[in-house]
Amino acid sequence: MDILLHPESGVQKIVAMLFAILLFVVVVAVVLFITNLPKRMPSWGVALLFLLPSLALICFGLIYPSIVTFRNSFYGRDGTQGVGWANYVQIFTNPDFLRVLLNTVLWTILVPLVSTIVGLVYAVLVDRTRYEKFAKMLIFLPMAISMVGASIIWKFVYDQRVGLLSAVYVWVAKLFGHTVTAPQWLMNAPLNTFLLIFVMIWIEAGYAMTVLSTAIKGIPEDLVEASRLDGLNGWQQFIYLTIPMIRPSIVVVVTTVAMAGLKSFDIVRTMTAGNYDTSVIANEFYTQSFQNQNTGLGAALAVLMFIIVIPVVVFNIFQLRKSQDVR
Amino acid sequence: MSEKKKKLTRREKALIRTKNKLSSPWATAISIIIAALWTIPTVGLLVTSFRQNRMAISTSGWWTSLLPKNWSDFGLANYKTVLGSGYNLGSYLINSFVITIPGVLIPITLALLAAYAFAWCDFPGKNILFVIVFALQVVPVQVTMIPLLTQYVKWGINNTFWVLWLCHTIFGLPLAIFMLHNFMCDIPRELVEAAKVDGAGDVQVFLKIVLPLMVPAVASFAIFQFLWVWNDLLVALAFAGNTPATAPLTARLSDMVGSRGSAWYLLAPGAFIAMIVPVLVFLFLQRYFVRGMLAGAVKG
Repeated sequence: MDILLHPESGVQKIVAMLFAILLFVVVVAVVLFITNLPKRMPSWGVALLFLLPSLALICFGLIYPSIVTFRNSFYGRDGTQGVGWANYVQIFTNPDFLRVLLNTVLWTILVPLVSTIVGLVYAVLVDRTRYEKFAKMLIFLPMAISMVGASIIWKFVYDQRVGLLSAVYVWVAKLFGHTVTAPQWLMNAPLNTFLLIFVMIWIEAGYAMTVLSTAIKGIPEDLVEASRLDGLNGWQQFIYLTIPMIRPSIVVVVTTVAMAGLKSFDIVRTMTAGNYDTSVIANEFYTQSFQNQNTGLGAALAVLMFIIVIPVVVFNIFQLRKSQDVR
Repeated sequence: MSEKKKKLTRREKALIRTKNKLSSPWATAISIIIAALWTIPTVGLLVTSFRQNRMAISTSGWWTSLLPKNWSDFGLANYKTVLGSGYNLGSYLINSFVITIPGVLIPITLALLAAYAFAWCDFPGKNILFVIVFALQVVPVQVTMIPLLTQYVKWGINNTFWVLWLCHTIFGLPLAIFMLHNFMCDIPRELVEAAKVDGAGDVQVFLKIVLPLMVPAVASFAIFQFLWVWNDLLVALAFAGNTPATAPLTARLSDMVGSRGSAWYLLAPGAFIAMIVPVLVFLFLQRYFVRGMLAGAVKG
């Protein structure tokens, strides 16, 4: 049995994986078999059996833990001593945590704002050009690269000695007659936070571009033609026709990317680990919960994320329904 | 009269043409700048991953190696180093596969069953239950982590693949159910009802009618779940124990950045080994990926 729980070699790991899949197949087969057993299974019976595995997992893995975390956020380090609002007070008064909150706000605003603008501009510019497919792929590809991969790519650009950014910096300074060495980009607050945010923008712009490009292509041809005949130039067309027509898609993109920005963990973790004033809530949660063993504070940070994300999601849902009604 | 109108249109067209000509150099320039900014960083690291001279990597920019006189420097030595016994990225690569395959299969299958129940069965409280499942997408993974970890430790299965499979299944379920349900509702009602009139039970309908029609939807969600699980760092760090036994490539790479932050001869090939699989999946199945994205399948 130890192979299944703690496989060591690659082959053992694959055996364990195949066993898990087999076990799962058996469970599903049993569910289907039981459902099929009676001559006429009532509809609610089918629903019960089909929903049971999912609902059990959701209760165990999402609902119950959320309640426990909510409770923990009012308890101390190890979750045994009630401390009232102390964890929250600490987050909102301690300057280090205020910095974390400020950074999170920057992430949640700048990432959706800039990546949507870049995505939109690019979608409009390459629309109906000869290289459209290829051009879109270039922007789209970072979405497949993991955030860890993206972090490494950009950490290389920001490298003080051999990075492209440093080289450009030195070269521009030389143009103006100065001889300088590049700074330690990622150690310089507050610039470093913006450099990290740019990595996220780099990833999310492809998403914004794709969704908005599809929306742009959905604008009826005769409207575009009419606006052209009315003498609107490219810029006016963009402002008075394109933007209003794709407004619902823009809102969906902005809110979705805002959520991603709020939860961003991988980039901060990999590039600076939250040092040099770059931490955000998602990273601070990890640091407090898993490194400082401060369950209460970690729980309060997690609850805070939850509270911030709710209005964004609700707004998104309303907007999505509105746009679906329009279609 | 008609000739005059024609002329006007022609003049107007010419006007538009000049305007387009005026704006197009700027448009072209901006799009090229964006494309370059989005591509060159990756190219730079890729070039670096093939540079064999470690001294040169840490003292000169990657672009200098593109001069023809430096071409002899390129080779696979860095890849051999990171895959070799010292850094052993190969075994982390296996971990990534072992984590990802069930992490995609299991939630999708369970979600298909649940989506069928929500789409084609009648039972009291159906709508409320569906809204609850949908709303659970809001819960950030962070909120659930410590209680789950406590439970896993109690059961003695922490730091095993089982925990990762379980977590990726749980975290993927709400979105999977929501999205597959939306696709499933697009199946014509008559098709399902006709089959039932012919005496087919729900299991037959599910297996023989609904499943085949769901293949494109399953494909689009599968790519999302694949990318999400393969590229995950948070769940892996929290539950996998960051050891060669269970940690995926992302965790190992993140670790290497921390401990060997400027060893680009290691980080560059490492990053590309971790990237190759999702990028291939992405390139081959792009069509489905875009479809899933437009259906709102984006995990925050």
